[in-house]
Amino acid sequence: MSVTDSGDVLVRIRGLTFRRGNRMIFDGVDLDIHRGRITAIMGPSGTGKTTLLKLIGGQLRPLSGTIEVDGENVAQLSRSKLFQLRKRMGMLFQSGALLTDLNVYDNVAFPIREHTKLPEQLIHDLVLMKLEAVGLRGARELMPAELSGGMARRVALARAIALDPMMIMYDEPFTGQDPISMGVLVQLIDKINKALAVTSVVVSHDVAETAAIADYIYVISNGKVVGHGSPDDLDRSGSEWVQQFMKGLPDGPVPFHYPAGDYAEDLLAGAVQ
Amino acid sequence: MMNLLQQLGRSGLNFFERLGRGHLFLFYVLSVSPGMFIRFRLLLQQMFSVGVRSLLIIAVAGLFVGMVLGLQGYNTLIDFGAEESLGVMVALSLVQELGPVLTAILFAARAGTSLTAEIGLMKATEQLSGMEMMAVDPLQRVIAPRLWAGFISVPLLAAIFSVAGVFGGYFVGVGLLGVDAGAFWSQIQSRVDFYDDVVGGIIKSVVFGFVASWIALFEGYDAVPTAEGVSRATTRTVVHTALAVLGLDVVMTALMFG
Repeated sequence: MSVTDSGDVLVRIRGLTFRRGNRMIFDGVDLDIHRGRITAIMGPSGTGKTTLLKLIGGQLRPLSGTIEVDGENVAQLSRSKLFQLRKRMGMLFQSGALLTDLNVYDNVAFPIREHTKLPEQLIHDLVLMKLEAVGLRGARELMPAELSGGMARRVALARAIALDPMMIMYDEPFTGQDPISMGVLVQLIDKINKALAVTSVVVSHDVAETAAIADYIYVISNGKVVGHGSPDDLDRSGSEWVQQFMKGLPDGPVPFHYPAGDYAEDLLAGAVQ
Repeated sequence: MMNLLQQLGRSGLNFFERLGRGHLFLFYVLSVSPGMFIRFRLLLQQMFSVGVRSLLIIAVAGLFVGMVLGLQGYNTLIDFGAEESLGVMVALSLVQELGPVLTAILFAARAGTSLTAEIGLMKATEQLSGMEMMAVDPLQRVIAPRLWAGFISVPLLAAIFSVAGVFGGYFVGVGLLGVDAGAFWSQIQSRVDFYDDVVGGIIKSVVFGFVASWIALFEGYDAVPTAEGVSRATTRTVVHTALAVLGLDVVMTALMFG
């Protein structure tokens, strides 16, 4: 059993299986994401963490199993109902996914203009409030190409919270960031989670940064949940795999060497096969 | 031999799979189009981008093609003492054939490639996924305005191409080679029929505009989201549009003017 057992669950995943071609990405995953908490989904690159966010957001459909968000089975929703649900979800993509032909202001205003009929003056105030929250009110005239990677993610974060969602999903928010940008993002995710009382799902393999703000962590590998608990629980975990991942050990259940034949035989075989 | 057959089979299956995806894509874009027309501004923006910005190349190309037609036509017609029919020869060639066909091919090269690259890069940089997650349908918000902008722009561009071509033919035939100006225009007026000739050309350019925009947008939307994938998709846009337009031209010419 790899689920928590108490509290108010916003996202409930049961028996999730998902396959890409011949490769099984998820094989019977059970997972709960609680309201108001920061839940981290961690694991090595290529384990399907981003795929999990796409499954929660309904961009992909599971092979079997259920994904319920706020009591609704995402895979069975009609397109219009799925879009209604997505209005209550924010997602921060790894690349920021800002619209490159719009400036910072218009990017943040985009979902508000698309989904509401608010007067421009009110949109102006809302956008400035969101940009102030991420510290980029002064950058509102800049185009996405003029932003650093960290700034682009902060703008994307402002856009993700534009409609005051119930949940924000962060896809690898810390990847490729310098220490200052990383610190800013860590602090922002934590502050926004508390200030807006949203549910945050952070997908990452940056252990220290994620563990610093996460209330609960799921560690995924080879399509299964290999460990879960609070950051302290995982630190003390008896699982060799979890220990190797959390402490970044070079060798362990995930071997340093790619599977190969006998070393000496390989050398003696010479260059010509 | 078996390998060859396997490869042939695989290519055939891939071809029909893409064809099916392309039609589903078109069906969905058409089904969400009414929502797009409510926001007319998006359509106008795209008409400016794909239509107005293609004006110069279309007008200049039309002028040159008309000049070449004037020159070649004069050299042929003068052998039969029929150089006064130069105007009608130039006009009919442009209105029925060269206007719609060359406009569609130039449109694919000028606007189609940029549509494919734009959509492909939006896919590669997760902008389309981002829109979906913001509960905004990219097919309605991004694709539909571009499809209809191409559909509306190409017939207008083809008309401009033909007009510029007639003036090119006039410049060479009347201005340089001495054909009588009155004969040039009066022959066009009396022998180019609006319903038989001009409407046929308009129908062709409407179909070509639709097909050229559809191919460009589908190639972008279906592109492998990498630099190489977008580059291949852009090439495919020009190749497939040119082949589709020329193939359709044969069929439509046989049906309308045959």
